[in-house]
Amino acid sequence: MSDRTLPTGKTSAAALRGGARSDRGGGFLGRYGLWIFAIIVLIVAPQIMTTGFSRSLLSQIGISIIFALSYNMLLGQGGMLSFGHAVFYGLGGFVAIHVLNAISPEGFALPLELLPLAGGFGAMIFGAIFGWISTARAGTTFAMISLGIGELVYAGTSMFPELFGGESGISGNRVTHTGLFFNYGPQIDVYYLIAGWCLICTIAMYLLTRTPLGRMANAVRDNEERARFVGYDPRMVRFVQYTLASFFAGVAGGLTAVNYEIVTAENVSAVTSGSVLLMTFIGGVGNFAGPILGAILVTILQLSLSSITETWQLYFGVLFIVMVMFAPMGLAGIIALHEPIWQARRLNRLIVPYAIGLATFLLMGLGLVALIEMNYYMSTTYDASIPMELYGQEVSVQAVMPWLLAIAVTVVGGFLFRLAIRRIRHSWDGVIHDIKQEAA
Amino acid sequence: MLEIVVFSLLNGLLFGMLLFMLSSGLTLIFSMMGVLNFAHASFFMLGAYFAYQISTVTGFWVALIVAPLLVGGIGMLIERYGLRRVHKFGHVAELLFTFGLAFLIEEVVVMIWGRIPVDYGVPADLNYTFFTLLGTNFPAYRAFILLIAVLMFVALFLTITRTRIGMIIQAALTHPDMVAALGHNVPRVFMMVFGGGTALAALAGVIGGPILVTEPGMAFLLGPIIFVVVVFGGMGSLGGAFVASILIGVIQTLAVALDWSLGGTLGAIGIYLPTDGFIGTLARISVSQTAPILPYLMLVLMLIFRPKGLMGTRES
Repeated sequence: MSDRTLPTGKTSAAALRGGARSDRGGGFLGRYGLWIFAIIVLIVAPQIMTTGFSRSLLSQIGISIIFALSYNMLLGQGGMLSFGHAVFYGLGGFVAIHVLNAISPEGFALPLELLPLAGGFGAMIFGAIFGWISTARAGTTFAMISLGIGELVYAGTSMFPELFGGESGISGNRVTHTGLFFNYGPQIDVYYLIAGWCLICTIAMYLLTRTPLGRMANAVRDNEERARFVGYDPRMVRFVQYTLASFFAGVAGGLTAVNYEIVTAENVSAVTSGSVLLMTFIGGVGNFAGPILGAILVTILQLSLSSITETWQLYFGVLFIVMVMFAPMGLAGIIALHEPIWQARRLNRLIVPYAIGLATFLLMGLGLVALIEMNYYMSTTYDASIPMELYGQEVSVQAVMPWLLAIAVTVVGGFLFRLAIRRIRHSWDGVIHDIKQEAA
Repeated sequence: MLEIVVFSLLNGLLFGMLLFMLSSGLTLIFSMMGVLNFAHASFFMLGAYFAYQISTVTGFWVALIVAPLLVGGIGMLIERYGLRRVHKFGHVAELLFTFGLAFLIEEVVVMIWGRIPVDYGVPADLNYTFFTLLGTNFPAYRAFILLIAVLMFVALFLTITRTRIGMIIQAALTHPDMVAALGHNVPRVFMMVFGGGTALAALAGVIGGPILVTEPGMAFLLGPIIFVVVVFGGMGSLGGAFVASILIGVIQTLAVALDWSLGGTLGAIGIYLPTDGFIGTLARISVSQTAPILPYLMLVLMLIFRPKGLMGTRES
């Protein structure tokens, strides 16, 4: 397992080359342009999206980005597939909420801005303990230990109600009046706190990839034996990487405590661990920016899909499986695949086939979603004779017509999509052929 | 007290046997293909639901045969058109594929049968008391489960160690190229094994459904614990899985029945711990409260001290 951990080898090499290129690509803007752009987006986004929903969505995205990046320190950079990363997110949250409850302007006056650090350091202590246990092994054994620790901690939360608050969790009040900049009543204040920490953590984690530790983590992932031969102790490398990753997960947990003012056992559960795995993988583990993309996409889908449809997890599962089967390098990998074509200025030849592909896919999806929703409605509602609402129409699931229509749309859409895929493949091969000819 | 111990042991044995039926398929798939099938408990759930659906039409005995076959067929299709495609991306991708599959199957089950438990009960033919011991009844259905599990273990063990099919299966794991060179279709062997493993899980679902609750969360509840069994017993070892299943079943059932706590035990010999604060909480926790964490504690300890597992021969 250790010798063929992940399809990261190639893509991460490409990512590193990409990084090196932007270094060489002279000038201040070439070097820091992306970061400046990110900062501007972070500042401006909540001023454009002013509704309560979109601001809390942005806050959650910020937290998810830190969490997913910290997970990628394990999976992408260290080759450690963990099924229990939420342990550090959740425990960090619990530490932070207890500290939050201890804060008072008269007594223990910790500035609220530093609360995530409490979560981070709290989680780091647990990270050191659990990391020492689990990093002795790599591969499947590591994955299994992480699963065991995750379940252990989750089951353990119900045993200490004073610490974890049992079913209802621990709640707190973020308006402690100890903040240096804001009082953190309105969501926008909290957003800027999260954005600030998100930026700091992202930069820190990016810089970590360029330290000897980050490089050795890659080396241990790719070839443990050789790393040992060079003189590094693979276990030590994994241990330090693991502990640092749990620190950042704890910061994310601490921000959750501020954002929601409540931390429950749900935060350490396997579901949370699973969702960070989804984010990281869908975004792409081979590229530093991958988990950021994944965190943004998955958080938006989670929050908006769950308010639209009850069976959002089904769509989620399908998305995940499709990614594993057809694009194991994730969104970032797909983007990286197009980079040489972009540089050869031939992307325009793919636009039309892609647009056709998207249109036919949407047609097929329209029918498929209708089928799924009608099916779901029929088996979960008390009285199926009450018409359901679908695409703004009233639809009776007991009639035959809607079903026939949905099946027809799905089949026709699917057929056209297949044709479109063939066309995309054809154009793709043509473009690659041309680029190769040019280079030769 | 004796009655509690005897029935806890019996029920522990029963739970252990169910765990074994589940984990035997997982062990088979793992030792053959090196794939830790995260969706294994989902196939178990499918078995229970299929059996429920079939038994409403034809009765339990037909369902006992047909449901595992159907689920095994689905397993084969999933291997052929899903897992095999992912294989070239390595083990982690395969693992993630089955991880996503578990999500998917749960949602599909909700989509077809709804969120509330279905009414899948003990079949009428087996709904009587087998024997009465110390004033407590032991239902015939539980004896039936024990019987099926023992039959399954013997059949599986003999197939793998004593037949030509078992020989090819074992050889295909370690020397796939050699087996292929001898004229066996290795991908097809993989497909059959995956189908066989999922069919075994479904069989466990058919007979386990009536005594557990057949609802969409059942896979999620059982999923992690069968990993404990397989890893604890030693990955790829059928005998290890058997011993580990019984051990975990009995330990967990016994733990649930005990209400001893640290404070109470020390109190009995004259040492009194404070009753408030963290130590108070710790002293009040009873053995039965620790029951849910025991299997995972066993798993973690085993992996730390003997990553091969109880009877395993290799580490990963």
